[in-house]
Amino acid sequence: MSTLPVMQAKLVLLGDMGAGKSSLVLRFVKGQFFEYQESTIGAAFLTQTVSVSDATVKFEIWDTAGQERYHSLAPMYYRGAAAAIIVYDIQSPSSFERAKSWVRELQRQGNANLVMALAGNKADIAEKEPEKRKVDADEAQAYADENGLFFMETSARTAANVNDLFYEIARKLPRAEPPTPAAAGVTLSAQRQSQRPKSQCC
Amino acid sequence: MDQEYDAIILGTGLKECLLAGLLSVDGKKILHMDRNSYYGGESASLNLKQLYEKFKPGQELPPHYGRWQDWNFDMVPKFMMGNGLLVRVLVHTGVHKYLEFKAVDGSYVVKGGKTYKVPANDKDALRSSLMGMFEKYRARSFFIFVQDYEKDDPRTHKGYDLDVITSRELFKEYGLDPNTVDFIGHALALQTDDSFMDQPARKMVMAVKLYSESLARFETNSPYIYPLYGLGELPQGFARLSAVYGGTYMLAKPDAEVVYDEAGKACGVSSEGETAKAKYVVGDPSYFPGKVRRVGQVVRAICILSHPIPNVGDSHSVQIIIPQKQTGRQSDMYVFGCSFAHNVCAKGKYLAFVSTAVETANPTAELIPGLQLLGAIDEYFVQVSDVMEPVNDGSEDGCYISKGYDATTHFQSTVEDVLEMYKKITGKDVNLDADDPAATAGQEQ
Repeated sequence: MSTLPVMQAKLVLLGDMGAGKSSLVLRFVKGQFFEYQESTIGAAFLTQTVSVSDATVKFEIWDTAGQERYHSLAPMYYRGAAAAIIVYDIQSPSSFERAKSWVRELQRQGNANLVMALAGNKADIAEKEPEKRKVDADEAQAYADENGLFFMETSARTAANVNDLFYEIARKLPRAEPPTPAAAGVTLSAQRQSQRPKSQCC
Repeated sequence: MDQEYDAIILGTGLKECLLAGLLSVDGKKILHMDRNSYYGGESASLNLKQLYEKFKPGQELPPHYGRWQDWNFDMVPKFMMGNGLLVRVLVHTGVHKYLEFKAVDGSYVVKGGKTYKVPANDKDALRSSLMGMFEKYRARSFFIFVQDYEKDDPRTHKGYDLDVITSRELFKEYGLDPNTVDFIGHALALQTDDSFMDQPARKMVMAVKLYSESLARFETNSPYIYPLYGLGELPQGFARLSAVYGGTYMLAKPDAEVVYDEAGKACGVSSEGETAKAKYVVGDPSYFPGKVRRVGQVVRAICILSHPIPNVGDSHSVQIIIPQKQTGRQSDMYVFGCSFAHNVCAKGKYLAFVSTAVETANPTAELIPGLQLLGAIDEYFVQVSDVMEPVNDGSEDGCYISKGYDATTHFQSTVEDVLEMYKKITGKDVNLDADDPAATAGQEQ
């Protein structure tokens, strides 16, 4: 089964504090959900592999580590990203507005082939208590269509659409990655080097 | 921000971000602020828009430069030694996983107006046209001595005590002529002036050793590596490490100011009418007026080219050293080149940086020997920076202040300063050989 080509993809999450970025990742990677998720995962990034019909995609999933809180997210965060999930809370119009500003930021700074997904999270709440919904799904869909994003409403709590979101991204990632200058990069690792060049004594 | 922290750090230069990362991994509660809206402070990489705002405010960006966001101009151009302290700290903390690096294509030195590849080991020495036949063999024996030297193995010392013999005396033992001494001291040991000659030879020998080990590490034509998107990625990487360990980040705080208690000890930082408390404050010299003094000046030119630097084999990345004797100066001049292959400029463009310690009242003119190596220059920007250092060591006033970025070509002295500050603050050394929680922070789940 593992004969499919394996591709690595950096995926970043963006969105307001409390929209559920970490919860979505935790649901997808570990199948867990905590009502009071700590504000950051505490790891630099998590990985999860998904297989779609023509490829196996190994996601390297980056969390903001809380740096978005005071609008201090480093551009390094989205360098080289193949995909981005922009998350908002369907109960919060301001988080939807913030999501739109992240989309603009990515259109400006991100890589041109970036696959962008818009996720309206906490959809389970609207199912139980429709009056709590403050962002209309049709409005979000229309915004996504206009800006070339794909859109899903998700729930990290019930797991609704969470895996689908990542699978859809895996399907949409450009297959043949254009060779980048980075291809000739060097790899730093902790392994001790075989220290000095051999001197050839006569 | 009305909270209490272990440390508040001002300025997001490489030194401050590295300290923030190390302290956060130690479990310290950190608030890190910067007056600018971008990361990197003095050591940032600016995009084209930011560069124009700084050097040519009000001027339109030339349309032929393409997208402004595709440019990353290093404000403090340096390369990373492949086996140097910065690489060790990156690996130790796991921050190397956030970044991508490329090897620098070549390392060159100017002699008599011509540019030569720097020979860095015994084999290179025999091939180099920099030296005559007999001198090559003498240089080769010197390189073998350095390569084999191990501090703990007296058999490799060849009877020399490097803490006693000076560099000048050691070179004399090997019968090396002044030209060879010049390139060993300046192009391999990377000393910025000649003061090392009459000091114990250990520093010089270890610096040559670092150069050749760095060269061997990636089996390339230079000992250097460079991060894609520019050096500004380094502070951002360490800031992310700090954030992953709970550090709080606030940019764009132009009025951030240290607050002192009655005894004159730093006790917090105020901004926009709020005050955050801390046990001590760390930062770059610009946040501590009155507590720093000027120790020198560095002049740096940033040049945009439409061609590779001439006479270095069309390299996309290169260092050229002009030793002081070649120009009749006291200090060396450095040329760095990189290109669109490093994601620092528009496709087809090249960046060159020329820098040196300031010696006259007309710093820009001092750069001419370096600028002349570049061929046609599309546009250039010159900056003169004061190199400041703290007056006190922080133990009494709770202000731990970094030194400004010196004229050296690589980050050895930068990281040494950080490791010293870390020791002053925490009372302990960073054990770069130990397994650290941070080193595994980015590992697969």
